[in-house]
Amino acid sequence: MNKLKKLNLNSHTILLLITIVLFAVLYCLGCVLYGRKGFTHLQTFLNILITNAGLICIACGMTCVMLTAGIDISVGGLVAMDCMMLAVGMNKGIPAPVMVLLVIITGLVFGLMQGFFVGYLQIQPFIVSMAGMFFTRGMTAVISTDQVSITKESSSLYYAWANYKLRLPFGGYVNNKGVYNAPYIRINVVIALIVLAVIFFMLRHTRFGRSLYAVGGNEQSAAMMGLNVKSVKLRAYVLSSFLCSIGGICFSLNTMSGSVQQALGLEMDAISSAVIGGTLLTGGVGNVIGSFFGVLINGTISSIVKTNGKLASSWPNILTAALLFLFIVVQSIFAAIRNKKYH
Amino acid sequence: MNIKPWLQRIKKSQLLLPVVAMILVMAVNIIHDVATGAGAFSFFKITLQQTTSNGTILYGRIIDILNRGSEAALLALGMTLVVSASAGTDISVGSVMSLCASFCCMLLAGYGVSSTNDLAVPLAIGVIAGILMGCLCGAFNGLLVARLNIQPMVATLILYSAARAIGLLVCNDLIVYIRNDSFGFFGSFLGPIPTPIIITAICIAILALVLKKTALGMYIQSVGINARASRIAGLNSKMIIHLAYIICGLFAGIAGIVASSRITSADSNNIGLYLEMDAILAVALGGNSLGGGKFSLAGSIIGAYTIQAITTTLYALGVSTNQAPVFKAIIVILIVAIQAPPVKAYMRKRSLNKTSKGVA
Amino acid sequence: MTFPGVKALDRVDFTLRKGEIHALMGENGAGKSTLIKCLTGINDFEQGEIHVDGIAEPVRNHSTKDAQEVGISTVYQEINLCPNLSVAENLFIGREPLTKIGTIDRKAYTERAQKIMDELGIAVDVQKNLENYSLAIQQMVAIARAVDMDCKVLILDEPTSSLDDEEVEKLFNVMRMLKSKGVGIIFVTHFLEQVYEVCDRITVLRNGKLVGEYPIVDLPRLKLVAAMMGKAFDDLQSLKTDEAESISDELEISAKGLGHTGTIKPFDLDIHKGEVVGVGGLLGSGRSELARAIYGADKANSGTLKVKDKDVKINQPIDAMNLGMGMLPDDRKAEGIIEDLSIRENIMLALQSKNGMFKLMTRAQQNEIADKYISLLSIKTPNRETLVKQLSGGNQQKVILARWLATNPDFLILDEPTRGIDVGTKTEIQKLVLELAKEGKSIMFISSEIAEMLRTCTRMIIMRDGEKVDELSDNLTEENVMKSIAGGDKK
Repeated sequence: MNKLKKLNLNSHTILLLITIVLFAVLYCLGCVLYGRKGFTHLQTFLNILITNAGLICIACGMTCVMLTAGIDISVGGLVAMDCMMLAVGMNKGIPAPVMVLLVIITGLVFGLMQGFFVGYLQIQPFIVSMAGMFFTRGMTAVISTDQVSITKESSSLYYAWANYKLRLPFGGYVNNKGVYNAPYIRINVVIALIVLAVIFFMLRHTRFGRSLYAVGGNEQSAAMMGLNVKSVKLRAYVLSSFLCSIGGICFSLNTMSGSVQQALGLEMDAISSAVIGGTLLTGGVGNVIGSFFGVLINGTISSIVKTNGKLASSWPNILTAALLFLFIVVQSIFAAIRNKKYH
Repeated sequence: MNIKPWLQRIKKSQLLLPVVAMILVMAVNIIHDVATGAGAFSFFKITLQQTTSNGTILYGRIIDILNRGSEAALLALGMTLVVSASAGTDISVGSVMSLCASFCCMLLAGYGVSSTNDLAVPLAIGVIAGILMGCLCGAFNGLLVARLNIQPMVATLILYSAARAIGLLVCNDLIVYIRNDSFGFFGSFLGPIPTPIIITAICIAILALVLKKTALGMYIQSVGINARASRIAGLNSKMIIHLAYIICGLFAGIAGIVASSRITSADSNNIGLYLEMDAILAVALGGNSLGGGKFSLAGSIIGAYTIQAITTTLYALGVSTNQAPVFKAIIVILIVAIQAPPVKAYMRKRSLNKTSKGVA
Repeated sequence: MTFPGVKALDRVDFTLRKGEIHALMGENGAGKSTLIKCLTGINDFEQGEIHVDGIAEPVRNHSTKDAQEVGISTVYQEINLCPNLSVAENLFIGREPLTKIGTIDRKAYTERAQKIMDELGIAVDVQKNLENYSLAIQQMVAIARAVDMDCKVLILDEPTSSLDDEEVEKLFNVMRMLKSKGVGIIFVTHFLEQVYEVCDRITVLRNGKLVGEYPIVDLPRLKLVAAMMGKAFDDLQSLKTDEAESISDELEISAKGLGHTGTIKPFDLDIHKGEVVGVGGLLGSGRSELARAIYGADKANSGTLKVKDKDVKINQPIDAMNLGMGMLPDDRKAEGIIEDLSIRENIMLALQSKNGMFKLMTRAQQNEIADKYISLLSIKTPNRETLVKQLSGGNQQKVILARWLATNPDFLILDEPTRGIDVGTKTEIQKLVLELAKEGKSIMFISSEIAEMLRTCTRMIIMRDGEKVDELSDNLTEENVMKSIAGGDKK
C-alpha cells in the first residue's frame, strides 16, 4: 500500500501509463494480425530498435529542450548534414573516428549558436530552430548534392561497425530450413540505449536535469529561486544538438549513406514521440522513458504497415498525427481541469 | 526644405525593413548584371516573347519573381492574420496546400486514376472543393487554437504531418496528372500575363477590400493586442481567432490549386514543401511582430516577393536550389536578432548615452 | 522611485523590529508594492537608505538574490515556486546537497525537507509534487524556503487572499512561531480583521506618502480606514446639486441573488433610472466583482437579473452591451486600453463591436465621433491617430470613457475611474458622471475614495469580504460609510 502511494499517481504518470499500454496493445495487434509473417519473433522488435536507434537519441534531446518549454526543429536537417559529412569525409579517406569526432564537435558548436539565440537573445525557439533547419539542410547540399554511399572501400572500420551483429543468447527461432537464428542488435542500438540511460539518470539526479524541469515549470519562479535561466536554456540546446549528432551517427550506421533528402520530417517524428510519451509542449513535464515508448509506438505503426504490404505508405504519418491529436487534446483537458481546480 | 521629419517618419515606418531588403536585393542584381556585362538594368527589363505553347507572353526577371512568388504571397496573406490574432504561426499551410491540390486533382481525375485527359467532374467543382478543403483544415486548426487553447504551433503540427499524408492517401499513393488545358490555366497565362500573378492580385485586392470595408482588421488587431480588454469591449475573441485560421486555410487552398495547376498534377510530396517557412518569414520580414497585434498586409506582401527575389537572385548567382536555404537561414536570424528584446534594449541604451552626451 | 507624472513613493520611513509582525496598509497606488520592490531589489530607488541589522553599510539590492543574501525574502500572492517539482525540490532547488560524484543527494535533502516542514507543523509528503497541494500549503512551502535560507525579514504580500479561514489560521500559527524565533515579518493584506489578529504595529501609506506608524492598540478600525482612505478635499465638495429630481421610479437594473462562486456571495440590488450608486469597500471586498457579475465579465452562476423589467441572461460582455450597459474596468492596462491602436480606434471599438463586423463606419464618421469626444472630454493629444499607449494615464482613462459614451449606454459601470489621475481630471470625471445622471442614465460608481463617492452618489452599497453588507442613502456621511466599511469588531 505504501509503495503504491509512492508511485505519485497524478495525471502525468497516467499519461505515461497510457503510452506504455498503447504500445503493448499496438504490438499485440501486430502479433495477432501478422504473426505468420514473423511479427512475433523477437527480431521484429529488435529491428524496430535498429531502425529507430537514431530517433531514440534525438527524441531524448528533444525531450530535454521541450522540458524548458522550447522546441528544436533543426534536428532533421542536422542529421542529414551529419550523414552527409560522414559519407563524404570517409569517401575522401578521412578515418572514421576523426569524422565521428568532427560530427560531434559540429553538433556542439551548432547547439551553442542555437542556445545563444534562444537563451541570451530571447528569440522564439521555433524561429531559431527553423533557421537552423534551413541552415543545416542548405549546408548538406553545399557539402554534396549527390547520393553518397559509405562502402567497405571508403572505410572498412565504419563498415565493420555498421555490420557488427551483437547476438543475444535468447529468443531465437528455428526457420523453415531448420537453421537456428539467434536474434541480434547492432551497435547503434547499444549507443541509443546508453544515451537513454544516461539522460534518464541526468534528468533525475543532477542539478542541471532538475533545473530543466524548474525552468519549464515556471521560468519566472526559477529565476527568482536563483537559477540562471539563460544558461540552462543554452545548455539544453547544446545537449539537444549533441544528442542529435550522436543520433545522426546511429542513423548513418543504419543507412550508410548521405543525401540531401535524408531524414525529411524527422523533427516531427521526434516531437510527436515526445508528446505521445507524455512530454508537455508547455514545458516542465516529461520523461525520456515516455519518449522512448513514443518512438517505439511510431516504429510499431510503421512496422505493421510495412508488414501488411498493401496499406498506403502514408498511413504511418496519418496514424501518428491522429495519436498526436489525441494526446494533445487529452493534455489540454488535463490542463483545463487543473486550472479549474485552482481558480 | 526640411528633410528631417520625413526621414524620421521613414525610420519609424513598418515598411522600412522589407523595402530596404528589397532594394538591397535589387542592388545585388544590378551589380551582378554589370559585372557579367548584361547591362545595368536588365533586372528590370520586361519584354514580349513568342512561345509555341502560350503565344505572346511577358518575359523578364521581375515577371518571373512576381509569378513564382505567388504561392508564398497568398500564404503570407493568411499567415499575417493568424500571427496577428493568435500570436502564433500556422505551420500546416504548406501541407494543407498539398492536400487541397491532391483533393482537387482526385476529384477531377476520379479516384485511383493517375493520368487523365478528360475531367471526371466539372473544373469548377474540383477547384471549389479543393479550396473548401483548405477552409476545413483552417477550421480544424482554429478549433484547436481558439476553442481548446492549444499553442498555435503545436495545434498546427498535427495537420503539418497529417495533411500531406492524407493527400497521398486521397490520390491512392499516385502522382495524379491532369492533362487538360482548362486545369493548366491557373498556372499558365491569361493573355500575356501569368495567371498566378492575376489570381494573387485579385486575392490581395479582395482581402484589402474586406479589411477596408469591414471591421475585421480592427477586431483581429484588437484581439491580438489585448484579448481581455477586447472581450470587455464586446468582442468574441475566440470566434475572431477561429475566423483568422479559416481565412488562412482558404488562401492555402487557393495557393494549392495554383501550385498544382503549374505542374498540371498533384505531386503530394513536393507541393508546398517548406513554403510555410517562406510565409512565416514573409510576415516577419514585413515588419510584423510574431508576437501578434498590429499588422501590415503590404509589409507581408512585399516580404513574400522579397524572399522570392532573394531566391531568384541566388539562382542567378549560381547557387543551387538545395543550397539556397543557407542564405535564407542567415537572413532569418539577422531579421529576428535585430528585433530581439535584449538587442533593442542595448541599442536604446546606446542611443540614449549618445544623446545625453550630446546635451552635456 | 518615481513614475512619469506621479511619485510612486515619496520620502517614506519604515522601520521593522526584530520579532514583530508589521502590517503595511494602503489602498491601490498607495505605494506598498513599490516599497516592497525597493526593499527586495526589483526596483531601484533614487533617494534614501536601507539599513539591515548586523550590516554596517547601507544596503542597496539589485536583485532578489542580493536581497536574499542580506536576509530579506518575499513570498508573493502568486506563488513563485515550480508546481511540477516535489515539495522537497522546491525547498532546495539551486542549492541541493551533492553526493561525492556530483549528483544531487536526494535522500539527504528529502530528509531535511521533511524535518523543516515537520518543524513548521505542516503535514505534507515532501516527495509529492507541489501541484498536489492547496495554495495554502504552497504558500507555507514558499515561507519554509525563505526561512531555511536564514531570512531575517520575511515579506508576505497578500498571502491570505485565496485562503479559507482554517488555512489562514495555520498560516498565522507559522507566522507567530517565526516571530518567536526573532524573524521580522512585513504583512501586506486587505483584511482588517487579520491585521488585528496577528500584527503588532501598522504602517499606513497613501498616494505614495507615509500617513503614519502606529502600535496596533492605538489604532482602532475606524481610524485605520480613515488613515487609508483619506479625508475629503474641501474645495470640491459642492458638486452635487438638485440631483434628486432626475431619479425616476423606473428600475434600470434589478438583481436577485446574483453571485459568482469564489469571488462574490449572492446579492440583491436595484438601480433606478438616472441614479448614481456608489459601491464602497476595501480592495478585494468584492466591489469590482459585484460589477463584473452584473456585466458578464465574470459570468454570474447564480441568481437572476432584470434589465428594464425584463428577465435577461448575460453570458458575456457583448450581451450586456446589447442591453445598453457599459463597463470601465479598474485595471486600465490589462482590461481597458488596446495599447497599440490609435485613439480613434480605441474610442470606436465598443460601438463597432456592438454594430457588428460588417457595418464598419466610414472613416469620416469615425473621425467625427473621435473628434467629438476628444474635445468633449478634452483629451490632450496631438491628433486622433496617436497611439493610445503614448498618452498619460488620465487621458487613457478618458479615451476608455469616450469608448463607452460613444455607445450611448443606459447603464454605465465605472470601476475606479479616477485612479492614478490628477485632481483636475478627477473633478471633470465626477462632473461628467452627474451630467450623465441628469440625462437619465444610471451609473454605478466604484472607488476607493469615499469622499468622491459622497460628492457624486445618492446611494451607496457597502461591500465587505465578498458580501454586500450595507446600503446607505439617507444617512450618507463619511463617518457612517467608514464605520460600515470597517465593520464592527467581532466578539
